[in-house]
Amino acid sequence: MSRAVLAVALLAFAAAAQAQQRAIPLDQIKSGSAFLGQDLRSLQNDDFANPGMLWVERGETMWRDPAGKSKQSCASCHQDAKSSMRGVAARYPKIDTASGKLLNLGSRINACRVDHQGAEPFRHESQELLSITAYVARQSRGVPVAASIDGPARAHFDAGEAAYRLRRGQMNLSCAHCHEANWGKRLLSETVSQGQPNGYPAYRMEWQTLGSLQRRLRACLSGIRAEMLPYGSPEYVDLELYLAWRAQGLPIETPGVRR
Amino acid sequence: MKRREFLAGIAGTLALPVAAFADDEVLDPLAAKVANGAPVRKGKVKIVLPQLADNGNSVPIRITVDSPMTAADHVKSIHLYSERNPVSNMANFYLGPRAGKAEIDSRVRLAGSQKVTAVAALSDGTFWYDAAPIVVTLSACLDES
Amino acid sequence: MAARIQIPSQAKQGEVVEVRVLIQHPMETGYRHDDVGHLIKRNVIKVLSCRYNGVEVFRADLSSGIAANPYVQFYTVADKSGELEFYWIDDEGKQGSERQSIRVT
Repeated sequence: MSRAVLAVALLAFAAAAQAQQRAIPLDQIKSGSAFLGQDLRSLQNDDFANPGMLWVERGETMWRDPAGKSKQSCASCHQDAKSSMRGVAARYPKIDTASGKLLNLGSRINACRVDHQGAEPFRHESQELLSITAYVARQSRGVPVAASIDGPARAHFDAGEAAYRLRRGQMNLSCAHCHEANWGKRLLSETVSQGQPNGYPAYRMEWQTLGSLQRRLRACLSGIRAEMLPYGSPEYVDLELYLAWRAQGLPIETPGVRR
Repeated sequence: MKRREFLAGIAGTLALPVAAFADDEVLDPLAAKVANGAPVRKGKVKIVLPQLADNGNSVPIRITVDSPMTAADHVKSIHLYSERNPVSNMANFYLGPRAGKAEIDSRVRLAGSQKVTAVAALSDGTFWYDAAPIVVTLSACLDES
Repeated sequence: MAARIQIPSQAKQGEVVEVRVLIQHPMETGYRHDDVGHLIKRNVIKVLSCRYNGVEVFRADLSSGIAANPYVQFYTVADKSGELEFYWIDDEGKQGSERQSIRVT
């Protein structure tokens, strides 16, 4: 009886310790859309005029296109994306059981292409990869972010958190300095957001096109005059997992509209 | 310079920027060219533009012209002008009685805080305009990334 | 060029219907520079036209002053059942088109 009580107490303590790690409590997390002006927020919610939907529509066509040596399309295995892909994007980045690697949604789609369709992977940040990723993520619109950091993902989560807190670049800043310690405050004419990932791939006004979360992270690195790691670097994916954990419960908004 | 003249001079320069800002009564000379010398009156046209742009790369704009849009009385065209963009004639929209309603929505690029002007050419040969100011902090065309 | 058109699938004769168009196009201003500092050539959609059963009911001259992935919303009177055809051409001469049917009762 006492051993059971001890076990329960230890579990509760561990859970509490886990909860204490959140610098921004779950009831205070805000999507990037909360930091937009009314006009851009309305644009994001306009299913017709949201420019990101141009990529989603292309993705929808690609879903049915036979690809590679297999001549199979995504639909051949996954049928109707509206049902089969619902909730999928919310669980990424995720450990791929076949390879043991941590993959984000784009890499998972590429792994499918290579392993199951006998096709070439799409280049990072290509129009094709952005379109199909936006289409798949769109099917999870409204679904709360719920990435797992259990088991083999834990090491990646720890690396991601360390990356989040690492000071870097000419300005010697870490992500936490702006997005944890100073979110909500003004930086020139803008309000600093919490840096949440739930709207990506997103149509960013500054780019005047749709871009991935990694493109946004690279822009942040450039902003603090730090070295931009190449697209696809495992460091980015670890950071994406940390960001997903940090965003737990926020609804997927892909395709988001951001400044 | 005598003190009185000096003070009058200062008052003059102080007055100038205020007048320039509140002058939607003065038609942008570039926009006036549409009428080819004919008078352009303020009225009938209404521009809806945010007071502050989220981002100069894509600003929503709505231009409405009060017109029955019949064969006898309709809007032939609407011409949109910017006073600060590198290209001043932003767009022209050609309507006609088949439009049913003289209203256009679009998204424009704005290179800095400025006044946007819309001139409408009516079927009776008259020209009407409206102008709207907007503050833009993140400019299109000029703020590159 | 990908494009999205939104019109009601059906309308009553004489009804004024809303037409929305969204075209995927960078509307390159000609003022931006690439990674090595070269000016990226201007390329914008210069004309957008809408024909209703073959008759032009709307036309727009666009410029670099229109945002990337241009969005235009206008109105037209539901005349007869048939098709609205949209045509556009950019500075490089690339043409795009899209059509949508409308049933008028």
